[in-house]
Amino acid sequence: MCDVTIRIGGEAGQGMKVISGLLGKTFLRSGLYVFSHQDAMSRIRGGHNFSQIRLSGSPVRGPSSQVDILICLDRMTLDLYKDEIQGVIIYDREHVGQGAPDGEKYLPIPLEKIAEEKGRDARMANSVASGAAVAVLGLSLDPLLGLLDETFAPKGEKVVKANKECALAGYMSAGENYRGNKLCPDISGKNGPKRMLISGSEAMALGALASNIRFYSGYPMSPATSIMEYLAAKSKAYGLIVEQAEDEISAINMAIGASFSGARTMVSTSGGGLALMVEGISLVGMTETPLVIVDCQRPAPATGLPTRTEQGDLLFVAHCAHGEFPRAIFAPSTADEAFYLINKAFDLAEKFQIPVFILGDQHLNDSSWTEEAFDLTKTRRERQGLVSEKDLQALSPYTYKRYALTESGVSPRILPGTPGQVLYADSDEHTEEGHITESAEVRRGMVDKRLKKIPGLLKEIAPPRIYPDAAAAWYTVSWGSSFGAVEEAVRLLREKGMNLGYIHFSEVYPLGPEAIPRKISEKADLIAVENNATGQFARLLRMETGLWIDRKVLKFDGRPFSAQELVSQIKKQIGG
Amino acid sequence: MTKPEDYRSGDPIAWCPGCGNFGILNAWKKALSQLDLKPEQILMVSGIGQAAKLPHYLRCNTFNGLHGRALPAATGAKIANHELVVIAEGGDGDGYAEGGNHFIHAMRRNVDLSYFVHNNQIYGLTKGQASPTSDICMVTGTTPEGNPFSPERPLALAVASNCSFVARGYVGEMDLLKDLMVEAIKNESFSLLEILQPCVSFNKSNTYDWYKDRVYKLEAGSYDPFSQTAAFQKALEWGDRIPIGVLYRSHRKAYEEFAGLKGTEPLFRRVRKTEDLKGLADEFF
Repeated sequence: MCDVTIRIGGEAGQGMKVISGLLGKTFLRSGLYVFSHQDAMSRIRGGHNFSQIRLSGSPVRGPSSQVDILICLDRMTLDLYKDEIQGVIIYDREHVGQGAPDGEKYLPIPLEKIAEEKGRDARMANSVASGAAVAVLGLSLDPLLGLLDETFAPKGEKVVKANKECALAGYMSAGENYRGNKLCPDISGKNGPKRMLISGSEAMALGALASNIRFYSGYPMSPATSIMEYLAAKSKAYGLIVEQAEDEISAINMAIGASFSGARTMVSTSGGGLALMVEGISLVGMTETPLVIVDCQRPAPATGLPTRTEQGDLLFVAHCAHGEFPRAIFAPSTADEAFYLINKAFDLAEKFQIPVFILGDQHLNDSSWTEEAFDLTKTRRERQGLVSEKDLQALSPYTYKRYALTESGVSPRILPGTPGQVLYADSDEHTEEGHITESAEVRRGMVDKRLKKIPGLLKEIAPPRIYPDAAAAWYTVSWGSSFGAVEEAVRLLREKGMNLGYIHFSEVYPLGPEAIPRKISEKADLIAVENNATGQFARLLRMETGLWIDRKVLKFDGRPFSAQELVSQIKKQIGG
Repeated sequence: MTKPEDYRSGDPIAWCPGCGNFGILNAWKKALSQLDLKPEQILMVSGIGQAAKLPHYLRCNTFNGLHGRALPAATGAKIANHELVVIAEGGDGDGYAEGGNHFIHAMRRNVDLSYFVHNNQIYGLTKGQASPTSDICMVTGTTPEGNPFSPERPLALAVASNCSFVARGYVGEMDLLKDLMVEAIKNESFSLLEILQPCVSFNKSNTYDWYKDRVYKLEAGSYDPFSQTAAFQKALEWGDRIPIGVLYRSHRKAYEEFAGLKGTEPLFRRVRKTEDLKGLADEFF
């Protein structure tokens, strides 16, 4: 089975994302599993960025730190990585001039010259480089040619033809000059089941559409903007309104208003935007208005590293907003989970009339993941938590109580416009009717009512993924988007004979008293693995369950974990 | 026909005796019955402040949200169900200070809402601090040496923003106030109605007597509200003479028309079926 990583480096604006998109889909359609991610500086032009694609014959859910093919679109990429990378280095001698490096690992290809000759456009160097990579891998060129057809069709036949000629010329040039082994020869021409290559953001947006979202309000902020742009692009065809608010405070209050009117609603932002939304989250808690809130985490405090990744907002999201009220937090591990958990979030938000958070991060949201086709029949769109038609008929005119005290703590809603009834929702403490009150008795009743939802909510929360079931001496404890790297590292270490497993949480809050089964916590040693500096999940776990994990593998440099670095870090913890 | 009593709610009123809000509440009931709206057709969205309590004293759907955030919540509620008649209501602190940014953008967005701002030039609920509309030199709890700032001129801001309906009422002129409420609600774009209202407890300067000598009505025959220049002058007029009535009107296409909502099924009622989603993910294969 091949497992190859390609890094494409250049200045912002040179189209690394275009190549990685083209190559990613080429590999997908060749029957391979693909994981690709971006390492971008926060700027529009210049600087140094790279896209990295990992392709494999078996599922991959995270990056590899071993690069097998380096594609240099500029000189800086070559200078930065030529010594550390052992694999093939594709570069353009024109970028280097005198003293261009030579040797077995270098594969010079006149990327820009070919692009100028065949396409009269230096930007087509992307297609040349893509063709060259396909040749080095030993794959068929056909899927790439097909993709160029689809991608450039809107720009006309001439552009399509020129790009295809560039890809072919790159393919031929690499074929003639590359003397090493083909890196992925055993796959070519094999047709697997059709799979998707989809980013976490796209999966979240699709999940929202599948949940009957009808109103989205937001303010642009990396890495959450891609969710908003995707939904905006689909808004006309799928009948939803996407409103760009003047700030995140407005965004969340608009969303609360729309949800109050009965439309399914979501907001997404990153940590700084969420900080502005916090008062609104408290309003959701008090008015018991359903809302889905996505926080695509990035390194903070303040503006932090806007285009990079971290799992640094967990404790913030678990506790943000004044007062005490129930909430749920999901942290999808993959794009597939992002899709289904968004749907579950919409369902639970409405069923319990609470805020439900989705914690993404730049790594989850911006990376592209290979996933089986989403099963729409597994998504739920049925309305939850409304007064039944029968109960409505039995009500005398204008006697509906929005905050009626109930066993479950959930008071069935009517929506404004219901004939013969009105509803009052209030951010002040309120009576069952929704009017302002100062009564101590009513206050106690209302606090109890809201908190009573937690036991019901806990029943809906799925347990962590545990592998192996109960036999390992060591377990990593992780959550969210680090799953791919953790799963792979555990597999690699087990192959070396280490008695290690993983416990991975995607539904991270609320946590039951036995969030980690006692049969494991009492016998095995635990190692927290988190993409933050203080082990936030381990701290949450201690707060909620009393369990203490003192071994931690933490990473907080703005970059995601790779399996290789986890292997060495876990070994250090175990002392192996 | 509905009657003013049809809008009475059972909630006991918590305003000071003599508060201008009582007059506003009465004008409200008259306006709603003149419009012949059923209570369930109306949604009032308010923030926090004495004015923002008003919806509790009316029989109508109410969302009494956060201080300063009535307009965003009203915007979302109206977009999700454009069949509702949506009115945002609050005071000068709520709307012009805490919610100032939303006020500007609500006029730009031009959703078919009416925004009624009770302007008493003081913070009442928190017991007497300066507001954005407090007169210069006014002594309050937070400006013991006198308010050093020139007051905001919200109506001038509205005229500059080409707000499609800009009016000012006064609680001492009940019939006009009721008429302005009716006109604001009828206008199919964003409407601003500022209501001058003495605060008997905390504003000892801008009293009923103070207003009585100053307010004058803009007469329909001699004043053209469609002139932005004239409206701008009127919106800046304050002090010895204070104009009330409709200051400005402009024909603007409402948000609902741009967004294609008008005449369609409200968003909240639309249901997406599994077959509607077919093909949605095709681009990812």
